[in-house]
Amino acid sequence: MEKTKLMEKKVHPLEEYFRKERLPHIWCSGCGLGIAMTSFLYAIKELEIPKEKVAVISGIGCSGRVAGYVKMDSYHTTHGRPIPFATGLKLAKPDLYVVVFSGDGDIAAIGGNHLIHAARRNMDMVVICVNNFNYGMTGGQFGPTTPLEAITTTTPYGNFEYPFNLPHLAYSSGATFVARWTVLHAYQLRQSIKKALLRKGFSFIEVISPCPTGFGRPNKIGEAIDEMRYYMENSVIKNGIDPKEAELSFRGKIVVGEFVEEERPSYLEIYQKFLKEKGIEK
Amino acid sequence: MKAKILTGTHYMLGDHACAEGAIAAGCRFFAGYPITPSTEIAEWIAIRLPLFGGIYIQMEDEIASITALIGASCGGVKSMTATSGPGYSLMVEGIGLAVMLEVPCVIVNVQRGAPSTGLPTLVGQGDVMQARWGSHGDYEIIALSPNSCQEMFDLTIKAFNLSEKYRVPVTILTDEAVGHLREKVVIPPEEEIEIINREKPKVPPEEYWPYVPGENLVPPMAIAGEGYYVHMTGLTHDERGYPDITGEAHEKLVRRLIDKIQKNKKDIIEYEEVMIDDAEIVVVSFGITARAALKAVKEARKKGIKAGLFRLITIWPFPEERIAEISKKIEKFVVAEINQGQVRREVERARLNNVPVIGVHKLGGELITPDEILEGIWKKQN
Amino acid sequence: MEKTNSKGFWRKPLDLDKIERQRGIVYIDEELCKGCTFCIEFCPGQVLEKKDKLNSKGYHPPYVKYPEKCTGCGFCERVCPEFAIVVEKEFVK
Repeated sequence: MEKTKLMEKKVHPLEEYFRKERLPHIWCSGCGLGIAMTSFLYAIKELEIPKEKVAVISGIGCSGRVAGYVKMDSYHTTHGRPIPFATGLKLAKPDLYVVVFSGDGDIAAIGGNHLIHAARRNMDMVVICVNNFNYGMTGGQFGPTTPLEAITTTTPYGNFEYPFNLPHLAYSSGATFVARWTVLHAYQLRQSIKKALLRKGFSFIEVISPCPTGFGRPNKIGEAIDEMRYYMENSVIKNGIDPKEAELSFRGKIVVGEFVEEERPSYLEIYQKFLKEKGIEK
Repeated sequence: MKAKILTGTHYMLGDHACAEGAIAAGCRFFAGYPITPSTEIAEWIAIRLPLFGGIYIQMEDEIASITALIGASCGGVKSMTATSGPGYSLMVEGIGLAVMLEVPCVIVNVQRGAPSTGLPTLVGQGDVMQARWGSHGDYEIIALSPNSCQEMFDLTIKAFNLSEKYRVPVTILTDEAVGHLREKVVIPPEEEIEIINREKPKVPPEEYWPYVPGENLVPPMAIAGEGYYVHMTGLTHDERGYPDITGEAHEKLVRRLIDKIQKNKKDIIEYEEVMIDDAEIVVVSFGITARAALKAVKEARKKGIKAGLFRLITIWPFPEERIAEISKKIEKFVVAEINQGQVRREVERARLNNVPVIGVHKLGGELITPDEILEGIWKKQN
Repeated sequence: MEKTNSKGFWRKPLDLDKIERQRGIVYIDEELCKGCTFCIEFCPGQVLEKKDKLNSKGYHPPYVKYPEKCTGCGFCERVCPEFAIVVEKEFVK
């Protein structure tokens, strides 16, 4: 006996957190962004953080469209600039939970400078960088995380450039919480996001997502389900290692886990402490 | 002890007067990057702003500065930055974003010799057109031009008021000469300063749509963290704030952004007229050059020439109707500016009857003297 | 087919009747489904299967083929990118 029923009678547990009137979303069949977004919304729901205290800021790209689908104060800014925007918003309203949701090109290419400085300051925010190894929205060009030798529309002979190791970059710039998960690790991703939301300082979570349109097909990986099977067979969980060793190679292993969790005074804590010492109260 | 603004009479640097004006207007967030000749604004603010509970942050570049301003303004805090020509060139992307999101903020551009690195420590007035058209696309902004340290204080307050009232980024186009001048500045008591704040939504969150305009074409603004769940995007959007990538939505939105300023010009535009009523030759100028122009006009009057001065306080939107009106009764315009003719072009565009427009120009680094303007007054043609 | 251990007995707990097992009811919004097959592939009990019918966008949504094997773990709900699956837990004997 079939127990499948149509959802007109059932309410999705996350219904109050997303803008249902805008579904179905624009992402391709098999895109991992939907999973990253649901993991984030589950984290908010399970922590029971009031929706009006969360602000989601995104840049340009497929990942940037996340801001449009969450039912919270959300800002879709210019390319590469969600991190300084989040800095300004957090400093104006320190009691908000400020989350930056953006893609690998937005955060590591044009926004690279802002990433390393916000990490250096240990600015209080959570950055979720969805990495699909290419610039998906514009049709599949290569980016700073595209693996060596990969084929994209602007690297038809193979990519000549070395990619970033984003957790290593964030950690060496000063981030105090660094993690990497694939969208297949939906449960662990949710736990990491919960941890990041509750802590102070700069938290960086890289989320590896399939992109059948921009990356999977040109590189003959197959459909999204094949990319997910690849993650299942080749990902290795290594918590607590040095991010320098968290390798991510083309057709090789994918090392995931929560790599770094350190305590260091955050920007706001230092700011308030120094002013207090000088006798200046807010 | 609660911090207070410096009410009283001071002998103050122009840049410092601007910074004190910002604090008096309610600015509580400054994100900037040091650049000569605006660094003094940042330094004064770094000392004074924390006393008022505000935050000064030095960002990694100007692009981060303008974006952080927009973020802070979305959080409800009045914010400002100060830069010069090269930094303004970087900020124009953010200004476009502020125009599209309709977020109030103030950008001070202490102009210097340009283009490129140019003359970092010397005066220029060449960023007039960039303030108007710097970002891509069609849009309207407001730009003010102070010509004295007192105006640096007063016009900064006016800039904040205009930006909050019309939800538009406002540029204060000053120059290195005024910025680095020391003069008498009278700061009134706090109660006497008029402050305008952005209009808040009058409906509860369930009924609120972020971009439904009020009567003056400006929508009330909801800030983050108050339960309104705003969505703001730089893409063309409809009244709910959701992206709507169609020509129709674009026409509706950008038309309103333009009309917002154009239809409220009477409230926004300000200028100073000296001896205009019977003038036959009118000198148009702004900023530090306007002071030389005033001297030149007075000298000309002594020699029996009926000269008058039209000083732009608001450069953008340009007071084209007033220029057209004046042009009906005069012999010629003389436009004095330290650039190749950026305001002169506007006067030529706005004037009627093909009244001659003589330009008195320098390209940067040196001030225009009253004698040079007098020569322009006597000149028959360019 | 009964399983037996080496001594030839089928070992059955004596209080089997009193134990409740968690099970899931899977609700699928067929119109939102984009046919990625993540839920079908990664269900631990291989409970779901592709339907022959097409939804209005041309994708094959899933259906619950083996409802008695579903434990209500909820992974399909978590790994669906489209908000198209809701899992309700119930307890059965």
